[in-house]
Amino acid sequence: MVEERFDAIVVGAGPAGNAAAYTMAKEGLKVLQLERGEYPGSKNVQGAILYADALEKLIANFREDAPLERHVIEQRLWMLDDRSYTGMHYRSDDFNEEKPNRYTIIRAQFDKWFSQKVREAGATVICETTVKDLIRNTKGRVIGVQTDREEGTVMADVVVLAEGVNGLVGQRAGLREELKPDTVALAVKEMHFLPSDVIEARFNLKGDEGVVIEAMGTVTSGMTGTAFLYTNQESISVGIGCLVCDFKESGEAPYALLEKFKAHPAIRPLLEGSEVKEYAAHLIPEGGYDAIPELYGDGWVIVGDAGQFVNAAHREGSNLAMTTGRIAGETIVRLKRTRQDFTAAELSLYAKRLEESFVLKDLKKYRRLPGFLHGNKERLFGLYPQLLSKAAQTWLRVDGTDKRAKEKEIWAAFRQSRGLKGLLGDAYRLARAWR
Amino acid sequence: MHIVVCIKQVPDSAQIRVHPVTNTIMRQGVPTIINPYDLFALEEALRLCDRLGGEVTVLTMGPPMAEDSLRKALTFGAERGVLLTDRFFAGSDTLATSYALSCAIKKIGEAWGPVSVVFAGKQTIDGDTAQVGPGIATRLQLNQLTYVAKINEIDEEAGTVEVERRAEGGVQVLSTRLPVLVTMLEGCNEMRRGSLTHALRAASADITVWNAEAAGVPDVGSCGLRGSPTVVKRVFAPTPRAEKAEEIGRAGMSHEELAEAAIDELFARHPTIEADLRDFAATSQEEWR
Repeated sequence: MVEERFDAIVVGAGPAGNAAAYTMAKEGLKVLQLERGEYPGSKNVQGAILYADALEKLIANFREDAPLERHVIEQRLWMLDDRSYTGMHYRSDDFNEEKPNRYTIIRAQFDKWFSQKVREAGATVICETTVKDLIRNTKGRVIGVQTDREEGTVMADVVVLAEGVNGLVGQRAGLREELKPDTVALAVKEMHFLPSDVIEARFNLKGDEGVVIEAMGTVTSGMTGTAFLYTNQESISVGIGCLVCDFKESGEAPYALLEKFKAHPAIRPLLEGSEVKEYAAHLIPEGGYDAIPELYGDGWVIVGDAGQFVNAAHREGSNLAMTTGRIAGETIVRLKRTRQDFTAAELSLYAKRLEESFVLKDLKKYRRLPGFLHGNKERLFGLYPQLLSKAAQTWLRVDGTDKRAKEKEIWAAFRQSRGLKGLLGDAYRLARAWR
Repeated sequence: MHIVVCIKQVPDSAQIRVHPVTNTIMRQGVPTIINPYDLFALEEALRLCDRLGGEVTVLTMGPPMAEDSLRKALTFGAERGVLLTDRFFAGSDTLATSYALSCAIKKIGEAWGPVSVVFAGKQTIDGDTAQVGPGIATRLQLNQLTYVAKINEIDEEAGTVEVERRAEGGVQVLSTRLPVLVTMLEGCNEMRRGSLTHALRAASADITVWNAEAAGVPDVGSCGLRGSPTVVKRVFAPTPRAEKAEEIGRAGMSHEELAEAAIDELFARHPTIEADLRDFAATSQEEWR
């Protein structure tokens, strides 16, 4: 056992763990952060979009030295069938503000920077060290962790589990259940190198401006999932993800799906001439509010992906991770100041503050959405994008048919494939899930 | 026993990318590692200390960020790290580097006790010269044992050491007197995983940082670019050869048939090989008898 004792141990050096460790170390707590990767960020994968607000609340002047790629000025939302996309674009010069709201980032570099801030705040960060289990006293209270190194036990007043989506330590310690295949998506992505002037010409950008594309439709072959394309400074991130249970049921290979997306007539020209730099895959917790495990207990709290804090409908995750990490950190600092014992009753303050924040308010709002998407996947990711595309094409093609006849044809196509009752039912269910 | 291990921080060559347009190495974001060959030297030094007692000082020269590699070495159990960093050292070739390191090793001996063994890796993965270790030995007048695969015995009192050295066609068993410089061969041991105590100590340890003056370098003119006679004339990426792959054999052939086809093709294209091989087989059989 290590003789040195800590106020808090943080398991994991992703956005949630870094936010928690930074918050506590800055307030003078003695913090030990343990990361299994070779360096912070070496195992972390994300699209990746950074939402400034959550980071600003931790490091107000992060823009001065954080490795940011491009600030997002245009958002495209595409419904795909095999040959077309029906899209909604929003682009505004208002996003070219002094302190932009959203950035594309490369996580390996960003996480290294974030971890450096955590060290500068005074935390001890140790990499290549896997936490195997939690240590409890005779009353069941968590009092430390067991690592895979020799003399690998270390004690602390409280343990923050920021171990990511798999939550293996939490599972092993019996704090949570195993992930269920219908609450987790598997996403794969590639980084494609392209010179910055080519990216800027191709996407109509100047300087650090960036575009993000989110797409859904027949490209996921009827599975619940979405695809994306983000512009970085000198590369493009392109990826696709679907629920694990759908992959299992369909037998589709994730990489084959990505190839299909890259070959889509709307995507292929955007990647032309690029060179693949890396390939990555990761799990995303998408079970929403109902999949959230117990968040705290005697001597422990859970933050970030480990707590299933992802808002899939809005593609938000890292900001929820940073926010839950920060709030957990602030709660622990407060309890430490008032010489509390970090019992479950005291740590419930963390959950209470999450209830008051956008994190649990948003997840509660979309509580029904994961079930709705999965339950109607064939129509949402197959039929409707196809109908939409067909309708647009019928409407736009000028061929001597009168407009009323075209309207009738479009309406008939919708009614034939789904029926009036079905259409109304789907609309009602979507509205209810979104509410 | 006091042992000094010289290490170098190098870019992780497995993760280096070449810019497709300019053909230059993209260093940005490439992780750095301890030169892999140096890890065999460090592990061997730590094993000697485990066996005979003593401590290991790890030494490196480089930019301030090279401190990370020393900290990493401390996680394995080294006692202290010394970083030589100074603008005078910038642009050093192997001659200037071995000069600066040998000055620092002298200084380390004065500060923390006489040095019995200086270890270095076989070579670095970025320079590939294998010159710095021997350079240090020459300057410090240490006995020099290069490409060592195994240290059989080391007797500090008697001041002797016996090692096995991999040579062409066999193994040399060499013995000499301490102090020595040893460059270790790859694969001779496997780096340990440091304990959590070592990892914690490494995270907060103070790294000794020396500039040229603190390292006791008398002549800064022999350091850095000024002290480096090596001139890099040109850097270029080899042009890819436009040779098409050819298919030998047909689908449906058995493994044996495919092997036969490959050998026939090889012999047909390089007519002397078959005769050479027969000669070789004949002579080695002679020797065998």
